Amino acid sequence: MARKNANSSAPRPTTPDPSSVRPTTPNTEATPNKATPRSTPAPSSSSSSSTGNLKANSSPIDIANAIWEKYQKDTPQRTKLIDVFMGFLVVVGIVQFVYCVLAGNYPFNAFLAGFAATVGQFVLTASLRIQTNPANKTEFSSVSPERAFADFVFGSLTLHFFCVNFIN
Amino acid sequence: MASSIKATLFKDPASTESTRNILKVVILLVIAAVSVASRLFSVIRFESIIHEFDPWFNFRASKYLVKNGFFDFWNWFDDRTWYPLGRVTGGTLYPGLMVTSGAIWHFLRMISLPVDIRNICVLLAPGFSGLTAFATYLFTAEMKDSSAGLLAAAFMGIAPGYISRSVAGSYDNEAIAIFLLMFTFYLWIKAAKLGSAMWGGLCALFYFYMVSAWGGYVFITNLIPLHVFVLILMGRYSGRIYVAYSSWYALGTLASMQIPFVGFLPIRTSEHMAALGIFGLIQLVAFVDYLRGQVPSKHFNTLLRAIVVLIAVVSFVGLVTLTVTGVIAPWSGRFYSLWDTGYAKIHIPIIASVSEHQPTAWPSFFFDLNFLIWLFPAGVYLCFRQLRDEHVFIIVYAVMSSYFAGVMVRLMLTLTPVVCVAAAMAVSSILDTYLEIESPEEAAEESDSKKSKKTKEAAASGSNTGGFLSSKAPFIGIYSFTSKAAVVASFSVYLVMFVLHCTWVTSNAYSSPSVVLASRMPDGSQHIIDDFREAYYWLRKNTPYDAKIASWWDYGYQIGGMADRTTLVDNNTWNNTHIATVGKAMASSEEVSYEILRKHEVDYVLVIFGGLLGYSGDDINKFLWMVRIAEGVWPSEVQERKFFTSRGEYKIDHDATDTMKNSLMYKMSYYKYASMFPPGQATDRVRGAKLPQEGPQIHTIEEAFTTENWIVRIYKVKDLDQFGRDHFAAMAFESGKKRAGKKAGMAGRAGGKKGRRLVRA
Repeated sequence: MARKNANSSAPRPTTPDPSSVRPTTPNTEATPNKATPRSTPAPSSSSSSSTGNLKANSSPIDIANAIWEKYQKDTPQRTKLIDVFMGFLVVVGIVQFVYCVLAGNYPFNAFLAGFAATVGQFVLTASLRIQTNPANKTEFSSVSPERAFADFVFGSLTLHFFCVNFIN
Repeated sequence: MASSIKATLFKDPASTESTRNILKVVILLVIAAVSVASRLFSVIRFESIIHEFDPWFNFRASKYLVKNGFFDFWNWFDDRTWYPLGRVTGGTLYPGLMVTSGAIWHFLRMISLPVDIRNICVLLAPGFSGLTAFATYLFTAEMKDSSAGLLAAAFMGIAPGYISRSVAGSYDNEAIAIFLLMFTFYLWIKAAKLGSAMWGGLCALFYFYMVSAWGGYVFITNLIPLHVFVLILMGRYSGRIYVAYSSWYALGTLASMQIPFVGFLPIRTSEHMAALGIFGLIQLVAFVDYLRGQVPSKHFNTLLRAIVVLIAVVSFVGLVTLTVTGVIAPWSGRFYSLWDTGYAKIHIPIIASVSEHQPTAWPSFFFDLNFLIWLFPAGVYLCFRQLRDEHVFIIVYAVMSSYFAGVMVRLMLTLTPVVCVAAAMAVSSILDTYLEIESPEEAAEESDSKKSKKTKEAAASGSNTGGFLSSKAPFIGIYSFTSKAAVVASFSVYLVMFVLHCTWVTSNAYSSPSVVLASRMPDGSQHIIDDFREAYYWLRKNTPYDAKIASWWDYGYQIGGMADRTTLVDNNTWNNTHIATVGKAMASSEEVSYEILRKHEVDYVLVIFGGLLGYSGDDINKFLWMVRIAEGVWPSEVQERKFFTSRGEYKIDHDATDTMKNSLMYKMSYYKYASMFPPGQATDRVRGAKLPQEGPQIHTIEEAFTTENWIVRIYKVKDLDQFGRDHFAAMAFESGKKRAGKKAGMAGRAGGKKGRRLVRA
């Protein structure tokens, strides 16, 4: 029920708050859009289209398409960059796993270190993404985007220290 | 104790913030000092000495670390234990404890305070208990407020359940592990509250330290995922939980695999699978949650729950299949014994034979926790009233650890912190309510005594819960001064009694080194029984450096640490067969056991015998475990049934079975024992039994040394006979000759050619 609280208080950041005013131009205009669809009565076009899809409940592909469109439209450039990095990590992780399955896991340490590096980096990046998402501002009251990035750097450094130590 | 109550008195707004902070620091320092001081009984009464069994190995390893440096320690292959197998010590221990004391040793030398490593080892546990109190303060302060934190710190500092494992000289893994446990939990709560990857990362680092220090890290590995799982089921998933858990798990698991002893266990064994499963689950939940943000609908809520349940079922089935097909190692035996208390006795006698793995007796809960144990449910109830995310943690922790503490005496240790925290919350709630000096104003006039009695109970828990409940409820206070005074006074009495009880328990039950025994003389003065060290010192000085000593595994670490001689088996019970071999040698007749002893190049055999002094922890009392363990490996050669009389009794007197009387253990224990007493008076004071006048005779071994009170008896294994006879024939020949020469004299007992105190060069 913490979720409901977050939803009801989500519309508040529609006024451009200081943290979202950043040098990148698409960010500032994307932020309010991102926040509004979460409130159901909002008359924004994107949200109405997606709810219409879901009410019909006809085909999951339509819903997926709607989500993809909304994602393209609403997501800030910076978050997209993070997403691309996460996608890259997923690909690298899958490649490593496939290699391990096909060619054997002989230096198991090395495989584990490599795989754990991708997984760990993925979750740390996902954490960064969640923390910097303006819609989650109420949950992370004590974590500013800068702090989130510092956490990310700290976590990554620790992770890679252990990976390098483990790789043999 | 009294000082922490005083802290709550200073809650009036007049006292400034800084005064309070100074007071808190002072109180915490006092608590730390008290918790260190109350653990020093054994040092004052006896001396600065390492206690018991396992600490002797840790001490020996620490000495090795300090002497040879870290890398040698890491690659240490110990050829002086588990003869002839040896032990890859560096890879089969939790190095955290030794590395900690080694680091302290180097640090003290750096600031030119060269302290002996032994003193660091002895005082490490008390030192860390102060830090544990501090960690408990931080943890509880997150749960309620700092006054509850101070109470919890004070409870934790002197609770006997924790003191039992951390008196000075008890240099065991638990000495630092409980501090690490509490601090890891604190960091986890902090991470989950703030949703910060940094706190999650710190939590992972301390988790790593914990993994390096104690096998009980599995408790954390399962408790944190369980907390997360419960939160998800309650519909309380949030980004904060995701950030905290993901960063903790990703970093912590990788870090834990750096310890050679843990290795690939975190991805191979079932104990760790829950954490991995929750990690996968929370990724899915996060993804689904993100999708929900994109597609606002009420349908989604049900969909989300359906997915969660589905995934949980699928992953559980997958886990079971993987376990069955053998990809993931099945639960280890120790773990099974947690669920089925009878399991160990049937399948793994070596685990069941350890007294601290027995189920807990009811009185020991009260003995170890005193009045905290009945405040514990009250504290958990208070958690239910508020039920923030961190309170769920306390509830989960309380449920899990209560169960485990009931299963194994040893796990009382993990229960103690949560009991202290919950009890402190309860006590501080009570004190918060009843220590308000001013009565509530608006209702004061109309209140009569009856009303105040009614409201009293509700107010005890209601008025200070804080959070959303107290904001809804009307303010209820305590009106009459008498009820306040009565409650506060009675709780003061309880607190004082707690302190007295803790001191009494610590001084009487937990401060004995068990290497040195103390008894009282008739005139009340203390008498020190120092047989163990006498025997080990004898071994050190009178046997060659490479002599191999066979003894039951309990004494392996002590022989290695104090006598510095090679042992066959020791307390690191990694090879059941080898232990069973020693058990078989002890339980078999001389012919069989001589073969075994020769094959293992044993030079000396050591037994503990308490019959003269009434020391009940001796080898005859442990003998059945030796038989059982040996029977587990050689069911046809050693049979437990044969050691019982026809009436099913375990006897050592006239009624003892032949198997019993012929066993090496029986012979070594009672050899020449009857000669200590007037004819027909020989008594075993432990078992309270009269012994036969004619004691056992030994042929293949000879008595080498017996300590002052006969507690330790050492026998030398005879070399092969010079003329190629077996030892029975040789003895018969020799005694026959003697008897022939001493025809006129009294009939000497055969084999009595060596004096009791024969000292061999």
